Amino acid sequence: MSQLIWNGLFVGSFYALVALGYSMVYGIIKLLNFAHGDIYMLGAFAGFAMLTMAGALATSAGFLALLVVLLIAMLATGTAGLILERVAYRPLRSAPRLSVLITAVGASFALEYGMRLVAGPNPEVYPVRLEGTTVHLLGARVTVQQLALVVIAVLLMLGLQWLIMGTGTGRAMRAIAQDPKASLYMGINVNAVIARTFFIGSALAGAAGVMAGAYYGKIDFLMGFIIGLKAFTAAVIGGIGNIKGAMLGGLVLGMLEAFGTAWLGGEWRDVFAFSFLILFLTLRPTGLLGERVTERV
Amino acid sequence: MTWNRKKAPTSADTPRARVLNRLLGERRLGWIGLAVALLAPFVDASNYSLSVLTSAALFVMLAVGLNIVVGYCGLLDLGYAAFFAIGAYVSGVLATTYGWSLLATVPVVLAAAVLAGVIIGGPTLRLRSDYLAIVTLGFGEIIRITANNLDITGGPSGIYGIPGLELFGLDLSSPVAFYYAVVVIVALAVVGAARLGRSRMGRAWRFIREDEDAAEAMGIHTYKLKLAAYIAGAVWGGLAGILFGAQLSAISPQSFTFLWSALILLAVVLGGMGSTPGVVLGAVFVSVLPELLRDAADYRFFVFGVLLIVVMIFRPQGLWPSQASERTPARRPEVQKEDAWQA
Repeated sequence: MSQLIWNGLFVGSFYALVALGYSMVYGIIKLLNFAHGDIYMLGAFAGFAMLTMAGALATSAGFLALLVVLLIAMLATGTAGLILERVAYRPLRSAPRLSVLITAVGASFALEYGMRLVAGPNPEVYPVRLEGTTVHLLGARVTVQQLALVVIAVLLMLGLQWLIMGTGTGRAMRAIAQDPKASLYMGINVNAVIARTFFIGSALAGAAGVMAGAYYGKIDFLMGFIIGLKAFTAAVIGGIGNIKGAMLGGLVLGMLEAFGTAWLGGEWRDVFAFSFLILFLTLRPTGLLGERVTERV
Repeated sequence: MTWNRKKAPTSADTPRARVLNRLLGERRLGWIGLAVALLAPFVDASNYSLSVLTSAALFVMLAVGLNIVVGYCGLLDLGYAAFFAIGAYVSGVLATTYGWSLLATVPVVLAAAVLAGVIIGGPTLRLRSDYLAIVTLGFGEIIRITANNLDITGGPSGIYGIPGLELFGLDLSSPVAFYYAVVVIVALAVVGAARLGRSRMGRAWRFIREDEDAAEAMGIHTYKLKLAAYIAGAVWGGLAGILFGAQLSAISPQSFTFLWSALILLAVVLGGMGSTPGVVLGAVFVSVLPELLRDAADYRFFVFGVLLIVVMIFRPQGLWPSQASERTPARRPEVQKEDAWQA
């Protein structure tokens, strides 16, 4: 039981990290960024490239090297998010919603198969694999590395919370989420803030990608597809556009999945998770912490 | 090419465009397309080219079906392959396990497609339109994984030995006969979808696409009509699935990945959302091009993704845009009056 809860929390913290970027972008410009899951994939591959290049040095330095790689990968994916926003989304800022959604699908496709061109279609094995000593915590088997990853995830989320609630950029983001036009009149550089939002969201997804790569050990160019969907589900469960909701939704989804897997078997895990997406949208489309989502003029 | 062109001239109504329109009037264009499709086997009737042609025809049917949802009504469906899969699996299971003929499975497939459309569209179409996109994405995965896990659908290896098409005692399982049967069915499907787009319902769909709130204010029951569009798309996809099973005689979950849904969407977007000739050409292009560019297979999907972005930014109306009759130029008040009276 407590093992299930721990597994759920662990997987859930990955979902939460990815869901945050989804939710932030959606909250601010009402765009479903389908390519977000692929940014996560990009992060995993960026980490992979760096660890392979560093070679033996990284393996000996272990966890510390991984932290450095994590930070650089975050920068890389953040930049990728910036480019994506600039090239694909900004030209369509005032276009109909359908066009933007289709562009997002195209971006996701281009990232996936672009990475396939670069890295090849076969899965890659991560050079650093985190297998640590096991600790027993309240009856659950927990590895030290798992704990460390969860701590990193929590620190990143706390950092984000501070950024949004405690800095000028964060205030500008919240203002744009409420009314982009009025924010513009108030002297906020809307485009710059949106770009920064993409940077932050993509950096978080990239961090999740490196962590997933190091933990699961295997990465491939389609790994972002399912996690993108899961992250969206998490964002919906928590209430899309709501930062705390995304964190909560990630953990709840991780937990639901852990119990669903134990109950129905691993092969039904994804069906179980996506059914929750449909169920939530039917019964409580605003999510656990969200606001109204229906469209009214 | 244009709907009701006589009654409502479009802004492209210059003399040159009029000549072009007459040459390429939708009906005549349809006949030309049908003739090309019927004559193609006379050019090359090898089994390989027949199978490419049959796949292209099926792809046209899928694209036209998705066009009802995305093109006419402006709803983004990213799990269209799911309906295709439902059609293929329902008819496949009934035909192999229970020995039904494929024709007899049609009503069951229709019922299954409508049911699936109601289950997915029912709750999500009440919400913001972009929720539909992601829910359909999840739905596509649910169907694929379910087919992968169930015993009755043959698990990961799928279903083998689906019988060929047989209509009223005529055996149509040879490649040539099957190709012609598919061409006829697809032609009917294309005409059906185009006429649906021109109907009263089709007008309402385009109204919803252009401005949902205004449509609702004008007394259109937007939820019901969106659901109708979604279900119509599901029916087209399900029927195409039956033919797909008959063509390959074997289906497996790998045939129904997100890649399919995305490729069908690409065909619709590239050709021109809402434009029947555009979508048909787009579908032929997307399905035949990979056969011609076998060597560039690795670049293909990357290019497709970039193409989606480029088309949306530089030519959102597609390569062959539709000329909807509602867009009357403001300088012709008498035409507007006539139109208003008709609606």
